[in-house]
Amino acid sequence: MKFLENILHKMEPNFVKGAKYEKWNPLFETIATFAFTPKLVTTKGAHIRDGVDLKRTMMMVIIALIPCLLFGIYNTGHWQMVAELGNRNLPYWENGLNKFWNGSIIVLPLIVVSYGVGLGIEFIFGMLRGHSLHEGFLVSGMLIPLTMPADVPLWMVGVATAFAVIIGKEIFGGTGMNIINVALTARAFLFFAYPTSMSGDKVWMAGTETTKVDGFTGSTALGDLATFMSDKPVFQNLNGFTSEYTLSESFIGMIPGSVGETSTLACLIGAGILLITGVGSLRIMASFFVGGLAMGLLLNLMGGNPYFELPAVYHLVIGSFAFGAIFMATDPVSAAQTAKGKLVYGFLGGLLAILIRVLNPAYPEGVMLAILFMNISAPLIDYYVIQGNINRRLKRIKTA
Amino acid sequence: MSRLVSIHKGLDIRLQGLAEKQLKILPNSRIICVSPLDFHGLNPKLLVKEGDSVKIGDPLFFDKTNEALQFVTPASGTVKSIIRGEKRKILQVLIETSENQEYKNGSAEDVSKLSSEELKTKMLACGLWPFIKQRPIDVIADQNQEPKAIFVSAFDSSPLAPDYNFILEGRQEDLQTGFNALCQLTKGKVHLNIDAKNDSALFSNIKGVEINKFAGKHPAGNVGTQIHHIDPINKGEYIWTINVQDLVIIGNYFNTGKLNARRTIALSGSEVSEPQYYNVLIGSNLDGILKGKVKGNHVRFISGNVLTGDQKQQNDYLGYYHNQITVIPEGNNYKFFLTKGWLGLGFDKFSNSRLFPTFLLPKSKQFVLDTNTNGEERAFVVTGELERVFPFDIFPMQLVKAAMTKDIDGMENLGIYEVAPEDFALCEYVCTTKINIQDEIRKGLDIVAEECL
Repeated sequence: MKFLENILHKMEPNFVKGAKYEKWNPLFETIATFAFTPKLVTTKGAHIRDGVDLKRTMMMVIIALIPCLLFGIYNTGHWQMVAELGNRNLPYWENGLNKFWNGSIIVLPLIVVSYGVGLGIEFIFGMLRGHSLHEGFLVSGMLIPLTMPADVPLWMVGVATAFAVIIGKEIFGGTGMNIINVALTARAFLFFAYPTSMSGDKVWMAGTETTKVDGFTGSTALGDLATFMSDKPVFQNLNGFTSEYTLSESFIGMIPGSVGETSTLACLIGAGILLITGVGSLRIMASFFVGGLAMGLLLNLMGGNPYFELPAVYHLVIGSFAFGAIFMATDPVSAAQTAKGKLVYGFLGGLLAILIRVLNPAYPEGVMLAILFMNISAPLIDYYVIQGNINRRLKRIKTA
Repeated sequence: MSRLVSIHKGLDIRLQGLAEKQLKILPNSRIICVSPLDFHGLNPKLLVKEGDSVKIGDPLFFDKTNEALQFVTPASGTVKSIIRGEKRKILQVLIETSENQEYKNGSAEDVSKLSSEELKTKMLACGLWPFIKQRPIDVIADQNQEPKAIFVSAFDSSPLAPDYNFILEGRQEDLQTGFNALCQLTKGKVHLNIDAKNDSALFSNIKGVEINKFAGKHPAGNVGTQIHHIDPINKGEYIWTINVQDLVIIGNYFNTGKLNARRTIALSGSEVSEPQYYNVLIGSNLDGILKGKVKGNHVRFISGNVLTGDQKQQNDYLGYYHNQITVIPEGNNYKFFLTKGWLGLGFDKFSNSRLFPTFLLPKSKQFVLDTNTNGEERAFVVTGELERVFPFDIFPMQLVKAAMTKDIDGMENLGIYEVAPEDFALCEYVCTTKINIQDEIRKGLDIVAEECL
């Protein structure tokens, strides 16, 4: 590694202030600091510092996303094959390599576009502001493709990423300054700007549009469930639904949906990694699940409609509920920042997600909107928690 | 009545190089330094010029904003030089010590017969007052304020900290006189806070004070933590604090009439070949203490502990308030990201987060940490990590942000009056952002001191 270090040493003088390539310093610094922890030493205050930095923290989230990514690739490959053959009962675990390969061809370009566009914009802002790349986008860049339907056009991913990075983050000041979750901003942008490409029953399986099989639909569990609220339900009753989408299949993720969201199992593996390393907040994750379950149970109690009567546990394993709870709601920048605030934030987020999912016929899924809404509300929640602390301090003066 | 307070939050950073309990008494170093920079916010005016001869206890300079407050020489000899910096700011007053140490005239006194005012005048004139610090703001106490209590911590929980039970063995009498003096200074209580794990008769036999026991990790030994759990400071209130070893110097003065400003310091750190205790004069030259005892040649010398101490060179001088010298390796080298760098396994890193395997290693393992920041400065992204090491009913990140944005109302509301920079030392250590939190809090305190007090 001495060799690499020497190369960097030799190049460094070209990029310092006043040198020939001064403008490109952020790019140089980004590459150099990725390859080597820089030789910065403490100048003020504590002389020693903890080993953690933002790079390692963010890398751990990416590692936690790998199970979702791998499962997502396989699942995408499977449903692409289903759409091609027009047979929804295709055995799931057969022809694995083929499915994985086909899935990779669909998913990897999404990732390349997301990182390419996002990092490009981040570098431009970095150069304008004279700082190296801040690591926040490394996670957003992976989350964006995982929240997309498999069939989404690549240019849309690019446009959405650009929108999210510029409007969602950089205008507020970059990593750590954003008000709402960057990846969800990208998804919400597409959801409202190009609704036909983000919902319905044509987008979830790659190749549904071009399939030659008549009458084939590529609907999702949530799409089918939402028809219970209309005049023309897909299934006669709940039993029809639960035999098409069994609880165990839904848990493992063998159902159509956005690329990375379907497998609750993979999400839970990711949650394990985030919790063991302490990167993700257990408070938010747990209270989000509790909130969702509570709303599901409440709807069960009300009853009177097959969708209301769907067992509450189902709500936690279908759609993007687990993915949202584990990877989206826990984004520390846009979530509540106080310990008590996190509990309230997570609980209300879970509650709202299921409420929107079931009661709003326009949106089959409510997780994205619920988390975005809670992102906006998080400062308010924190305000009350902090005000409680301030009041306690004021009260001490009065009683003293 | 003693009460036990358990501190549940905090972090003991396990470093190599704890001082052995062996004491060596060193002769006075040839040059002694008194630096106005050791007293935050001081505006000094000199009373001596180069070439003047001084006796122990002679004033060297005073505070322009509080003329009664005098700073005296701890050694007799001649004023060798006065070193100034930009805008003629006084940086150091150097005294060349003489063979025979002569004391300024003084006499032993029974502190219990002195009134509070007489005692204050005496302590201000003979240079004992700078040992007493005040909260809020963490500066030398203002003698015109009435403190609601005085706090003394009898133990230091910071990394490689000196053990006062060992240092002050046999000094019971001076210690008691010191506490008697403190009792005269306040109408409130004098709190002596001792280590629940390492209880000694030296402290538990002190009379006239309220004894509290503290258990838990660092910062259980910080006086700020102790104040917060016993008698928190509200706006408009003052609490005075003093280091227990400095209190012995005060007690000794009233017992003998002489200023004996020697203290026992711990020489510690992974780069010291024989870490042990030394008895030296305040302001001693570090070279005299360190010569031949430093292992590496690429090291950082710290007067004080690794969390709050001042960076020094080998020919610099011991800080006025410091009871410890720490020597650790400098970390200004590149670390390849997969081996020693940010994505390495990190068995050599001591981390409070579980991103590194520190939490899997046995509790007996001690670490060699260098001065590398282990990353670049970033915005606040991670939440909840400062709270884990901050045993106050205060929101640390919010308070730091208020200080950084100079939000005076915010700082007041969030509890700036209760904290000193040292209370945030652990927060600074664990923080992913690598922001110099103690410095930000210090700047915030300065603004509050100027605008609100």
